[in-house]
Amino acid sequence: MSNKLIFELSSDGRTGYRFPDLDVPAAPLEESVSTSLLRNSKPELPEVSEVDIIRHYTSLAKRNFGVDAGFYPLGSCTMKYNPKINEDVGGFSGFTSIHPLQSEESVQGYLEMLYETIKSLSEITGMKWGTLQPYAGAHGEFTGMKLFKSYFKKKGDKKRTKILVPTSAHGTNPASARISGFQVEEITADERGLVSIENLKEHLSDEVAGIMLTNPNTLGLFEKDIIEIARLVHEAGGLLYYDGANMNAIMGKVRPGDMGFDVIHLNLHKTMSTPHGGGGPGAGPVFVSDRLIDFLPAPDVGKDGDRYYFDYDKPHTMGRVSGFYGNMAVLVRAYTYIITMGSDGLQKASEYAVLNANYLKEKLKTTYHLYYDTVCMHEFVLSAKKMKEEFGISALDIAKGLLDYGVHPPTIYFPLIVPEAMMIEPTETESKETLDSFVDAMLEIYKTAKENPEILHEAPLNTAVRRVDEVLAAKHPILKWKPE
Amino acid sequence: MNIPGDLKYTEGHEWIRVEGKIAFIGITDHAQHELGDIVYVELPEVDTEIDSKEEATNIESVKAAAPVYSPVSGNIVKINEELEDNSELINSDAYGSYIFAVEMSDASELDGLMDAAAYKEFLEKE
Amino acid sequence: MFSYLPQTDKDIREMLDVIGVNSIDDLFRDIPAEILQKKELNIAPGLSEYDVYKRMKGLSEKNMQGISFMGCGSYDHIVPSVVGHVLQMPNFYTAYTPYQAEISQGILQSIFEFQTLICELTGMDVSNASLYDDHTAASEAITMAVNARKKADRILVSGTIHPHTRAVIDTFFSDIPVKIEEIATENYLTSLDALKESIDDSVAAVLIQTPNFYGWAEDLTGLADLVHEHKALLIISSNPMSLGVFKSQADWGADIAIGGTQPFGLSTYFGGPSVGYISTGTKLTRKMPGRIVGQTKDVDGKRAFVLTLQAREQHIKRERATSNICSNQALAAMGSGIYLSTIGWKGLQEAASQSFQKAHYLYKRLTEELGLTSQAGNDFFNEFTLLIPNAARVMEDMEAQGIYGGVNLLRFFPDLKDAVTIAVTEKRTKEEMDAYVDLMKRVL
Repeated sequence: MSNKLIFELSSDGRTGYRFPDLDVPAAPLEESVSTSLLRNSKPELPEVSEVDIIRHYTSLAKRNFGVDAGFYPLGSCTMKYNPKINEDVGGFSGFTSIHPLQSEESVQGYLEMLYETIKSLSEITGMKWGTLQPYAGAHGEFTGMKLFKSYFKKKGDKKRTKILVPTSAHGTNPASARISGFQVEEITADERGLVSIENLKEHLSDEVAGIMLTNPNTLGLFEKDIIEIARLVHEAGGLLYYDGANMNAIMGKVRPGDMGFDVIHLNLHKTMSTPHGGGGPGAGPVFVSDRLIDFLPAPDVGKDGDRYYFDYDKPHTMGRVSGFYGNMAVLVRAYTYIITMGSDGLQKASEYAVLNANYLKEKLKTTYHLYYDTVCMHEFVLSAKKMKEEFGISALDIAKGLLDYGVHPPTIYFPLIVPEAMMIEPTETESKETLDSFVDAMLEIYKTAKENPEILHEAPLNTAVRRVDEVLAAKHPILKWKPE
Repeated sequence: MNIPGDLKYTEGHEWIRVEGKIAFIGITDHAQHELGDIVYVELPEVDTEIDSKEEATNIESVKAAAPVYSPVSGNIVKINEELEDNSELINSDAYGSYIFAVEMSDASELDGLMDAAAYKEFLEKE
Repeated sequence: MFSYLPQTDKDIREMLDVIGVNSIDDLFRDIPAEILQKKELNIAPGLSEYDVYKRMKGLSEKNMQGISFMGCGSYDHIVPSVVGHVLQMPNFYTAYTPYQAEISQGILQSIFEFQTLICELTGMDVSNASLYDDHTAASEAITMAVNARKKADRILVSGTIHPHTRAVIDTFFSDIPVKIEEIATENYLTSLDALKESIDDSVAAVLIQTPNFYGWAEDLTGLADLVHEHKALLIISSNPMSLGVFKSQADWGADIAIGGTQPFGLSTYFGGPSVGYISTGTKLTRKMPGRIVGQTKDVDGKRAFVLTLQAREQHIKRERATSNICSNQALAAMGSGIYLSTIGWKGLQEAASQSFQKAHYLYKRLTEELGLTSQAGNDFFNEFTLLIPNAARVMEDMEAQGIYGGVNLLRFFPDLKDAVTIAVTEKRTKEEMDAYVDLMKRVL
């Protein structure tokens, strides 16, 4: 299997495409514009045939692993199956070939879809209304933090400069708060793995703008004190932000709005089955409670009788966060999924996600160390700390060992509060047979760790490349191909 | 853990060697050990004023980034350019590899720093 | 009943037994009773695949497709068939961010190739794996400059950049101590005199877009020297298609090059996804936000690719981070990479110069035959702004005949109610442009 770069396949004079012939009278460029504007340098782009292109990318695809290739229990990433009808719908030319600045009359299909998507997601989350502009979860968090800012600005409250974040939070939370102009204070977890109410109380003051939480949290545990937490934060004059990364656990079971949250972002590429695309594009729409509705980004989407429209009249808006209205290709797929599953299907999806996680947890917890042994939601966290001490096998070794079983490893070394963490999220689209074979693989790896640990230090053996030298990559960065 | 007796230390795991008015600053053996393979040292610019406790530079390993704060105020008069291409020197010889040197404007700031014994105790507590 | 949910009644029973609970409801016992959902969500029940198909087809057909002369940041270029075929390869689109390098070489290598292509086009040293879009790339570039020039806090932004870029920047910097100031414009171009007057050592960066929002190319000769005299960084945003004929950002002496790659192999898709690109000089590598792929070796000495320089990133720096970017637009960036690799430099020159020639053809006919006027000269790429009396009505009448005649700038600037920005790509034919001119003659 060739692993040449496309540049190394290049041969002068080849091309993979023929454009139509120019059909208008043309003068040389030098006569048409100021010559100071014209380019003289020649970029090195590949010259390959169409066959070369297809073979090159087919070869790359063979060297890559996706959900369609096998089990992908990557914690907090909700790697559920990406339905194929979504891809067909995403390719309809009535969606793909529309310009973002066309008249409202000519995009009624889109406006209806956006309106219905916001409406459905508001119902699912228990919020009032929302925006589909943010491109990703982190972008949604940023939008949410700016909504906080706008809210306190309008109230004339300049003292609230702090955001509270639990130690178990996704790393993005503190970063999003920080770039939005807040200072971050960490709240500790108690012995249950939940937010420490005592510690929360110590941090609450009239300088706190709010708290960012994910519920279930990153340990896969439901924050059962959430009503008390919401009451305390609201009484102190703060707001609550819900990181929707773990929403797949609770659809149709409990709604962030009912828990008392004021702002939430969803990751449609997690919960609503849209493909992750190897890292993007995603969508991180944001939904709000009543009191924040005036601050949403413009334009909003409205409905008047049978007609849908963009509403730019938002005098208190926090502003714009993206070029146009969001990643439509993702939103179209998410809406397709929502109407496919419906109220009954979404609820079932969450129920089975939780069932699958608990089943795996029970099967693995006698062999692997389960940090918090209780009912989990859609994911749970194992620790390889003891295995490291006893056999010298780390979470990384276990992850690399799994690669040879054709399984994508769990999220490792997160959350930070669990040493040698392995965070496992099976999702609802996996069958009992798949879960059982994963259990078998994990048990075999344990056996290998005990009997022949060196095999795991060497793993993986059967992948396109083996363990890579990350120190070399970071120390002497080679970030592009260079012609010889 | 190697903690030379002739140096001063901070709670942020910087060491300070004083030569007249000049303070040489690096990170301790403990700090380099915690970071792992150091892949990059961002060197500050020579001839810039810096306040004590201000972030002077950053040190990066593969999976961590640590800021280095200046323990004293003054003017940065020297940087260790050797680290630019050989960041691993900090791993192999933390106390022989200063990162930057400050001409102190207020030597009394040194009084607040720990000596070797105090730093050892601090490490044990941490 | 739900084809994505494989659990049978028997499976469920067996699994509950293993867990040691009686029902699925028991698994949700940590949710306080007062907030547990008591009734079904108020959305419609699920549909069959074929019903979904019909519903979505119907929605898509409510959107009108015409012959498009619209631009302003989204362009209707030809997309070679191979692009779509490769993007539908499941091992790419159903993968997550390539954390596990050993089984993610495909995505990693494609990003490495994308980084190389962007460097070649912009002439810069390094590129990241991509950002959300050209507008958010501007905020990220400004953040880089502010971090590089710690004690300078003013940013000069040309008045000719895309108004949505400006809006995104304003949102981004509204609560942090960075002052965004606009450089005045003159006849749809940046006033270099105004820039000279306001620049001093408190400026961290100057942001210019060329071709600018109105379509005109900014002549930036000498600008980099002026900016660098004050130790500021020059950020140039460019439609990358224009780089097929016009000078690259490196040619102008830029420190950071940004833009959006939608014109390369991505459909307009009602505004997204596009792909933001950002590239810079070696010195600023570690100040770049987002994912970066590097080349390295595996334990057998084989060439391999891996996410690198991760110490810059949010998940490590947490509350000390200066960017919160986690994802990139990997699949869309791959689309642009496939496009560029397929057509090559000759193809890019062809697409770019044809877009240029066709735009100039239409411009000539509209100004010479219809007497429409612009306020700038001939120095534009594939887009230009004309004053058209009763622009809103004229555009409406043209749309009724299936031609999207351009973007009326009224929607951005209330004082430009008769200004229309018209974009032409290599996809438009002479016949379509002649029909455009005839139609406009009738409805004017």
